[in-house]
Amino acid sequence: MFEVENLQVSYGQSQVIHDISFKVDKNETLAIMGRNGMGKTTLFKSLMGILPSQADKVSIEGVSVGGMESHQRVANGIAYVPQGRMIFSNLTVQENIETGLQVSKMKSIPDEIFALFPVLHDMRHRKGGNLSGGQQQQLAIARALVTNPKVLLLDEPTEGIQPSIIKDIAKVLNEIRKMREITIIVSEQVLSFTMEIADRIIVIEKGKFIHEDMRADVDAAMIKKYLTV
Amino acid sequence: MGDFSLQELTSILAMQGFVGISLFSVLLLMALGLAIIFGQMGVINMAHGEFMAMGAYTTYLLSVMTQTYFPELMNYYFLVAIVASFIVAGAFGYLTEYVLIRHLYKRPLDTLLATWGLSLIMQQSFRSYFGAREVSPTLPDWLMGSWMPTDSIFIPINGMFVLGLTGFVTLGVFLLMYRSAWGLNVRATTQNRVMSGAVGINTKRVDRLTFALGCGIAGIAGAAFTTIASTGPTSGSLYIVDTFMVVVFGGAASLFGTIASAFTIAQAQSILEFFISSSMAKVLTLLTLIVILMIRPEGLFSSKVRK
Repeated sequence: MFEVENLQVSYGQSQVIHDISFKVDKNETLAIMGRNGMGKTTLFKSLMGILPSQADKVSIEGVSVGGMESHQRVANGIAYVPQGRMIFSNLTVQENIETGLQVSKMKSIPDEIFALFPVLHDMRHRKGGNLSGGQQQQLAIARALVTNPKVLLLDEPTEGIQPSIIKDIAKVLNEIRKMREITIIVSEQVLSFTMEIADRIIVIEKGKFIHEDMRADVDAAMIKKYLTV
Repeated sequence: MGDFSLQELTSILAMQGFVGISLFSVLLLMALGLAIIFGQMGVINMAHGEFMAMGAYTTYLLSVMTQTYFPELMNYYFLVAIVASFIVAGAFGYLTEYVLIRHLYKRPLDTLLATWGLSLIMQQSFRSYFGAREVSPTLPDWLMGSWMPTDSIFIPINGMFVLGLTGFVTLGVFLLMYRSAWGLNVRATTQNRVMSGAVGINTKRVDRLTFALGCGIAGIAGAAFTTIASTGPTSGSLYIVDTFMVVVFGGAASLFGTIASAFTIAQAQSILEFFISSSMAKVLTLLTLIVILMIRPEGLFSSKVRK
């Protein structure tokens, strides 16, 4: 279980995340939805240890990771697919994936990764920067998966991706969850995508969680109200 | 030039070219370390020349000690001195990163000032311990003399040794950077420090080892330097400007760029020095570089990929 209690993040004097608390079970997918500027990326970056934050608790399966640096959090089971993908553009596809191998202590990229993303196998010797946006997104997910995460954070994985590829990403995320029984937390603005993958949806507005629905009884109209400007 | 026959001119050009190759070797060894540090950490290490001097003084000390205590080993000490120079300069680099540099990341001007201050402290320490006069180690017999491919061409053996050493170190750096997990960490951190941390790379450790490696290679440059010139407290600072030129001209993140740039600058300076004065040769080289960098500010070799 991934637990966060009373998380606060500030940029200087301005607080942008206000006492957020949530729990996500193993093998559960949580979607955090909200407009641009509502605090989704800040929340994810603070969970990764990229931004400084204060919290009573950030733990994975009982192990506290709150005061740790990014690389230590990865070693303790959090993996991150950032907004804009941030692949290493000058490294080849294979090298990009291998950057994540050192945490998992695996010697080579497992076949499972290329089975999930066959296009990456075909392009493994190409530089990451020469891939299309959709392929880069697949690469960013593959790079995160080889760290053997217990919790996978994906920050707006559909941003700038064409609709057919968005469907593929949803399919892959569901497959990953089935195969590895991991916790997935995804931030999104596209409700249709969220409905394909999430068990639970939380709406974030100005750094606070203001609404929560299970997928079965989601109030689409209500959520869409918070997604439009 | 009218006083020389064609054969004489060819011999002079060949020997002058080899002088350029010796300069290229030292410049490349210096620039490799600097390029790794600057390209990976964005740190402008103004004390890099002093790390070279540290390697040179280590070689000198070992030469004196061997001559005093183990004179029968004089033929072998130089190989040990190369390794010792790498270790001493590398260890001091590791300590410098831990004590000084790591507190100044993201503050390039402060880093520049701090490393400049460090260079002055190191120069004064050399002066206090070894004196202001230049010193030279006693070179082993096998490093002396020349090879004569023709009657009029003399190629110094120490120059060939330095060239071979440079090739060996360059190959080692290439294998380390492009064929090892540590090298992958360095290249990833160079491109995106935040994301490297977020895939599990301990970027602080990478920084510390990178700085130590860069300084260690400067130490090897110092050992090589002793075979072609004598060492004084400010010897390192004489090379630092040329070394920065090599790194900027070649493109900080490119190993091939560093090699090509060191070769071009060393050869241009060395051959021009024969026809015009040494300072004019430097001015002409510098002017040419400025014009090229105005056209290609990213240096000669930079990769084109979608960021």
